[in-house]
Amino acid sequence: MEKYILSVTVQNNAGVLARVSSLFGRRGYNIDSLTVSATTDPRVSRMSIIVQGDQAILEQIIKQLLKLEEVMRVDHLLEEESCCSELVFVKLRAEDGGMRDDIRQLCSLYDARIVESAENSLIAELSAVPSRIDAFLDVISNFEVLEMSRSGVTAIEK
Amino acid sequence: MVKNGSEILVETLVEQGVDTIFGYPGGAVLNIYDALYKNSDRIHHILTAHEQGAAHAADGYARATGRVGVCLATSGPGATNLVTGIATAYMDSIPMVAITGNVGTSLIGRDSFQEVYIAGITMPITKHNFVVRHVEELADIVREAFRIASSGRPGPVLIDIPKDITSAECEFVPGHKVELCKVCMATEEQLRTVAGMIEQAERPMIYYGGGVETADAGAALLELMKKADIPSAHTMMAIGCIPDTEPLSLGLVGMHGTVSAAWAVERSDLLICIGARFSDRVATNPRRFAPKAKIVHIDIDDAEINKNIGVEYAVVSDADQFLQALLPYVQPAQHTAWREQIAEWRRKLDYVPKDDDSVLKPHQVIEVASEMAGSDAIFATDVGQHQLWAAQYGGRRRIHQFITSGGLGTMGFGYGAAIGAQVACPDKTVIHITGDGSFHMNLNELVTTVSYGLPVITLVMNNRVLGMVRQWQTMFYEKRYSSTDPGRKTDYVKLAEAFGGRGFRVTNIAELRAALADALQRTGPVVIDCVIDKDERVLPMIPAGGTVDDIVAD
Repeated sequence: MEKYILSVTVQNNAGVLARVSSLFGRRGYNIDSLTVSATTDPRVSRMSIIVQGDQAILEQIIKQLLKLEEVMRVDHLLEEESCCSELVFVKLRAEDGGMRDDIRQLCSLYDARIVESAENSLIAELSAVPSRIDAFLDVISNFEVLEMSRSGVTAIEK
Repeated sequence: MVKNGSEILVETLVEQGVDTIFGYPGGAVLNIYDALYKNSDRIHHILTAHEQGAAHAADGYARATGRVGVCLATSGPGATNLVTGIATAYMDSIPMVAITGNVGTSLIGRDSFQEVYIAGITMPITKHNFVVRHVEELADIVREAFRIASSGRPGPVLIDIPKDITSAECEFVPGHKVELCKVCMATEEQLRTVAGMIEQAERPMIYYGGGVETADAGAALLELMKKADIPSAHTMMAIGCIPDTEPLSLGLVGMHGTVSAAWAVERSDLLICIGARFSDRVATNPRRFAPKAKIVHIDIDDAEINKNIGVEYAVVSDADQFLQALLPYVQPAQHTAWREQIAEWRRKLDYVPKDDDSVLKPHQVIEVASEMAGSDAIFATDVGQHQLWAAQYGGRRRIHQFITSGGLGTMGFGYGAAIGAQVACPDKTVIHITGDGSFHMNLNELVTTVSYGLPVITLVMNNRVLGMVRQWQTMFYEKRYSSTDPGRKTDYVKLAEAFGGRGFRVTNIAELRAALADALQRTGPVVIDCVIDKDERVLPMIPAGGTVDDIVAD
């Protein structure tokens, strides 16, 4: 299963998010993340959606989205040919000093910042392309992850 | 001029060419019904027994005419009762505008009396839907709804109107009937490519569906078939596009299609699919459908391309525009060996049921009804065995003549649809072919045919069991007849009379002929209880997931 980034420009009407998510639910497509954000035109919103599937599913998703009256355009963005970024917060158990140092070291390797430091835990923040976040989460999972929150991707074509 | 929302709704409906709507009143639509009362000379409102009947009637009206069908219901249960009818129209790409009232704007979201979020409920079963939030938007929303319902691949659109909008006033500017944008023409390269593939094929075959009916492309299709000598078979949605009496037509394809059509698809080296979607009732096994063929797909909906089956080549176009454009590029051809092979399959393999005038054989019931009702009669069916018998033996000769729920398979569809067809075509004979299972789902609409004097003739193919499910239980569940033999004792003659109609009970062909002859003279509804054997099956049959190798024909 591949991951694809779709940038969907929609009319900013009440219910448009429900319409798009209803389509994904009905057709059984897997959404990894979905964000809705404003554009320069208040009548228009942008949805950035990460979907899982293969080429055939991707083709279907794009065509089905384009059938919705409020969808204005759908762009399949490639990570390397677009600016796309996602934000993640990871809360890690960090009790002794050695462990805290190891975490800080690993975070600096990925340009992640420690944004909160409590007695027994640290919170790291990283903003990066989804694949880099995946890689970061992969290595950081060697420590004890207490909680994690990803924003979902937002993207724009270069 | 200043008008209120209800008057604007009526004005825009009339402006869009609507003269008939099907509906049921209620609290949230009182203002709309008041406007309809004042405009009864311009819009004919048919009151059904149940909102589901109204939705199916609007659908039947659309299928019988090709125009947009309109239904109207109140909020809450009125709206939810439309849902099955809207989903039925959606699955078969039928143009429909469903209008629902809702509670007033200030009551929305408070679980008010008869409040339901019908826009949310109908999202996956409409092309689009609208909630009107300001009376100033209403006229343009109605126009947009008609444009969406009837353009491209048609389908239902719902407009939900809160009660306060129906009384709020604003300036109304009259408009015009919406113009439909024609869907893109095929490019010259596409036409040359398809013509080239046809030229190279030795065993070409066409499989077509509802898109040919919607586009009224039967004449162009037949011209192509004759010019390039290509046989064809059709789905249940395309009955009548080309009469089955045409030598190149192999009839129905799919689960209960003809054996010759199944073999022609199986052995073809080029399969051209026009206005159909490789549904599981046709491509019963999608991995082994037309295994030797290059597949070309012509459809107006881009999302159908490669949805169920991966195809070699595709053109997104209206079927008629495509065929008209393609014809000049196609070389005349003869595929004599292929035609002879198919003729042999037809002779040796096609299922021929045996006549028996002393009882009622299902195929004979359909054939007699078809003959006596005449070639211009409209058939509306419910769903089940009777539907397939009607499809196999009904022999319709033009489009808009065979009305059936193909995609959703809605039992209870037939009577409402027959009402819609009869209202749309008062001069034509409308035969409602149903089973005792389906008829029980919406027979309450007898009140409607009686009230409006609609001479719909209902043939109940009465085997006293839920025949299609029972057939599957016979074939695949070792005759464990779970809940398909309900032991009902309905007297259809008394039932029809209780509603104010006329009933007959017939057990052989002579009685059927006499009852039909009587029914065809009447000005009101007739129900004919046709007693058939409960072990009658729909044959041939390709079981779900099967191929030609699995055909059951005896």
